[in-house]
Amino acid sequence: MIAPPLPGEPDRRTIYEKSCCGRGAWSLPAADVPEVPLEELIPEGLRRSCAPRLPEVGEIDLLRHFTGLSALNFGVESGSYPLGSCTMKYNPKVNEVTARLEGFSGLHPYQPEALVQGALELLYELERYLAEIAGLARATLQPAAGAHGELTGLLLIRAHHLAQGRDPRRIVIPDTAHGTNPASVVMAGYEPAAVPSDAAGGVDLEALQLLLDDDLAGLMLTNPNTLGVFDPNIAAIARLVHEAGGLLYYDGANSNAVLGVSRPGDMGFDIVHFNTHKTFSTPHGGGGPGAGPIVVRDILVPHLPVPVIERRDDGCYFLDYDRPDSIGKMRTYYGNVGVLVRAYTYIRALGPEGLKRVSETAVLNANYVLEGVRDLFDVPYPGRCMHEFVASATPLKEKSGVRALDVAKRLLDYDVHPPTTYFPLIVDEALMIEPTETESREDLDKLIAAFRRIAQEAETDADVLRQAPLTMPVRRLDEAGAARHPVLHQRFDDDGEACS
Amino acid sequence: MSGRSVDYVPHSADDVRAMLDVVGASSVDELFAAVPEAVRRREPLALPAGLSEAEVAGDLRRLAARNTPASALVSFLGAGIYDHFVPAVVDAVVSRSEFLTAYTPYQPERSQGVLQSIFEYQTAICELTGLDVSNASMYDAGTALAEASVLAGAQTRRGTVLLSAGVHPEYRQVLVTETAGNGPRPQVVPLAADGLTDADALQAALGDDTAAVVVQQPNFFGGLEDVAAAAAVAHQAGALLVVVADPLTLGVLEAPGRLGADIAVGEAQAFGGAMSFGGPGLGYMAVTQALMRRIPGRLVGETVDLDGRRGFVLTLQTREQHIRREKAASNICSNHALNALAALVHLTWLGREGLAELGLLCARKTQYLRGRLLEVPGVNAFTAGPVVRELALRLPLPAAQLVERLVPAGFLAGVPAGLVAGRLPATAAEAAALDDVLLVAVTEKRTRPELDAFADAFAAALGASPSSTSGVTT
Amino acid sequence: MADESYPQELHYHKEHDWARVEGEDAVFGITWFAQDALGEIVYAELPEVGASVTEGATYGELESVKAVSEIFAPLSGEVVEVNDALQDEPQRVNEDCYGEGWLIRVRLTAPGQIGELMDADAYRAFLEEA
Repeated sequence: MIAPPLPGEPDRRTIYEKSCCGRGAWSLPAADVPEVPLEELIPEGLRRSCAPRLPEVGEIDLLRHFTGLSALNFGVESGSYPLGSCTMKYNPKVNEVTARLEGFSGLHPYQPEALVQGALELLYELERYLAEIAGLARATLQPAAGAHGELTGLLLIRAHHLAQGRDPRRIVIPDTAHGTNPASVVMAGYEPAAVPSDAAGGVDLEALQLLLDDDLAGLMLTNPNTLGVFDPNIAAIARLVHEAGGLLYYDGANSNAVLGVSRPGDMGFDIVHFNTHKTFSTPHGGGGPGAGPIVVRDILVPHLPVPVIERRDDGCYFLDYDRPDSIGKMRTYYGNVGVLVRAYTYIRALGPEGLKRVSETAVLNANYVLEGVRDLFDVPYPGRCMHEFVASATPLKEKSGVRALDVAKRLLDYDVHPPTTYFPLIVDEALMIEPTETESREDLDKLIAAFRRIAQEAETDADVLRQAPLTMPVRRLDEAGAARHPVLHQRFDDDGEACS
Repeated sequence: MSGRSVDYVPHSADDVRAMLDVVGASSVDELFAAVPEAVRRREPLALPAGLSEAEVAGDLRRLAARNTPASALVSFLGAGIYDHFVPAVVDAVVSRSEFLTAYTPYQPERSQGVLQSIFEYQTAICELTGLDVSNASMYDAGTALAEASVLAGAQTRRGTVLLSAGVHPEYRQVLVTETAGNGPRPQVVPLAADGLTDADALQAALGDDTAAVVVQQPNFFGGLEDVAAAAAVAHQAGALLVVVADPLTLGVLEAPGRLGADIAVGEAQAFGGAMSFGGPGLGYMAVTQALMRRIPGRLVGETVDLDGRRGFVLTLQTREQHIRREKAASNICSNHALNALAALVHLTWLGREGLAELGLLCARKTQYLRGRLLEVPGVNAFTAGPVVRELALRLPLPAAQLVERLVPAGFLAGVPAGLVAGRLPATAAEAAALDDVLLVAVTEKRTRPELDAFADAFAAALGASPSSTSGVTT
Repeated sequence: MADESYPQELHYHKEHDWARVEGEDAVFGITWFAQDALGEIVYAELPEVGASVTEGATYGELESVKAVSEIFAPLSGEVVEVNDALQDEPQRVNEDCYGEGWLIRVRLTAPGQIGELMDADAYRAFLEEA
């Protein structure tokens, strides 16, 4: 154990540094079978030679430690979280109740189907809801995240082309795309080709045409895109890509803008992924788990991963593995069911009117914030935005050297989580702001006021911004040092004690 | 109209009107003017109407009640997902909204709680596996294995990965599916008669195009592989060794890092995770120092702030997709951070001693049950050697049949190995030989009376079949 | 960090690399402009002694916290020495990009290429235009 800090000093020891030999929170039933010694159960070469240096603390110390850590964090319930393309909306508490029902949480994936009909029904219905929202035929709930959904969709595109005796190699993605898009393209064995955006922020049609030959496998888009712009040419783009023999993939990260307003299937897309941890309110958990279910057009259904949840005429659900054209499996078992129960609960609670209200309000709130800060920044795409907008902090940089990074750090002092910064790449000093539909007017006003105050500070006291944040548990951190000499786990001394 | 369905939008009608004024629009519909009419949806979505919170909770309860949780029976189901006891502290911690609803910690000054907990989780994984670097979590064992294969291919610049037939069929299938477009070509190494990887076949398959050898520990059939030997032959051939290591049994089994593993991956659901019909679980990956710059996923590192105060940050981000884009090691972005936190809390609660005692108890119960079941005529062990939490038996009839017979007696008898292998394209060819193989998992939850009752019912169920020493029944 | 400068005795390539010719050898590095754009460098991936580098082609990478940049060879040659000190102190490239922050030394295989490089004034002009 490392000695606790002096009174009044924050305790930043790791759980290992709080450990003390011989302490423990664990309990275990006594052995009710013969107590064969470990040496007799497992031979030496296979037996653990050196105990893992796990923590040794009592239960209350465990809870104080993690409670203390939670106080250093900021969740959606702590305050506003206007992260563009993340859709940090309210995570309903009723979803936490339903996901914990033992009838879902207590199921082993290999239980006989007759014993899990409720779970299969939920997943089957959820697929139908997502298909309706997407405007396409059938879904798979296997992908564990948006990026995973992207890879799944690209492998489906690949299977489709191969089944037709073709092997085109190019996937076109816009220069505004999220980094997972080109990364997924390469993982699927394709070559990414970037298409630039036009002056209005949509896909440059002329540039796109140059990429449409018979080496085109598909196009990945998000609409509205990461600039918050709904591409008015979407129908034309879809037609052009289809004519060239390619398929269209919709990155559903921005679906919060168009629920019940416009469906990607109707826009011409063939595959859609949704991020349940964005659009459908499942919690981010500090980085995950989410889920990235995908919905596909008829032509791709034969290639969906197995098993597909089907329903017999007698109303019984079953897992169908008998699908010879399936791409195989994208993960173990069936999907992040615990997350999907939450998404199902949300969609079921909101219904069609509620979902439409989500998008209407998301777009209203974003435009309201845009009006409140428009004069402070450069907004590259004038006019209305959809559920998010991108502002450039370049005016601040030119006047006082204050950058998007400094604006973000100062927002922390104003009890607001910063927006997304430095994305999309085509906008200099980008701030991508997405308030979501669950912010009240007062919270939106507070967000606007924080930006306005910071813009003023940029003129009068720019140094404060460069030093920000000033009121957080830590100040700016040495990220270069962390990368040069990575320390990725606790250090222990020769006696197995944690040392710092 | 009375009643009110769920609505998380806080605005009143007045709020909306006032905000529309500010925005300069006369209606909400006007805000969507940029959406061409041709793609505009005017009819409501064909979904069931919204509900009040009471009604939706009731609907979910009704659905949940149509399931029989494993706890309602005596369960011996395993094969990657295990029914271990999870202490109450886990849920108490992960339910805290500052953990549950927080975003990825890209703004470290406001995320020290998440960052420090990941650092502590990374430490725990390194301790369990005996390796140098753990990432912040992955989705599951199958996708972690696929990523490990790609990593090995990139590191060695070779094109084949040798997969033991002792690796879980689902993990093998996921590897095949996910790397179909890009990654080393998988080749299977069969098991020997003792239910463990055939060492001769492995040696014969190794070549200068082998990027990695993959074995599972314990393997799919509960057998304990000679990991050190696999490491030696792999390294001799210039290949890496990947071990799919169950993390809970690492309380009693040697750390793969100490036996020569370069990469360890696996499913850590047993720590802090509900079975939840198979997801979300917790994929983990740990590697040697030499592979640090190639490991996919997020990494948290320790550093200091401007005042010299200790802090934690996401680091080595240049490996990841948001910076490297098409040159990234992987496309992974969202991970299973909350499950990693749950695992950390559970491991902290267990501690050094508790984990070892838990592993010992499971091993004792598993070996006890195996002894009882092997007393039944016609039942043989599939693997030679010790077992620690799961065992595989050859039965005198198809395993699926026995499982079916035991459900009315209140037992989930285990997983028919042939069923799992048979329905996946990558492993279907091996299924016929596994038709009579049953996997039985024993956790600390199984009491002596349950084990004895199971053994009795097991014997009775087999005695009830028409006697036939050749094993196949109608 | 050092002040902006472009020493007269060096030759400059359009991908923001410099070469200092020393008889049959040349030492390569990146210019002040390049290190400034990259930010604090945290890692250098350099080739091994014996590898060949080709004019205009990449031969390694420099990483900062938030970016990765490829390094281009201004001239073709065979690597005879690598600046190993950068493993522990990659920030030397920021602090002294023409001195302690050198990257590799090569034995030139096509000295005629030197004529195609820019001198300091031409490089400054090139930066102004961009």
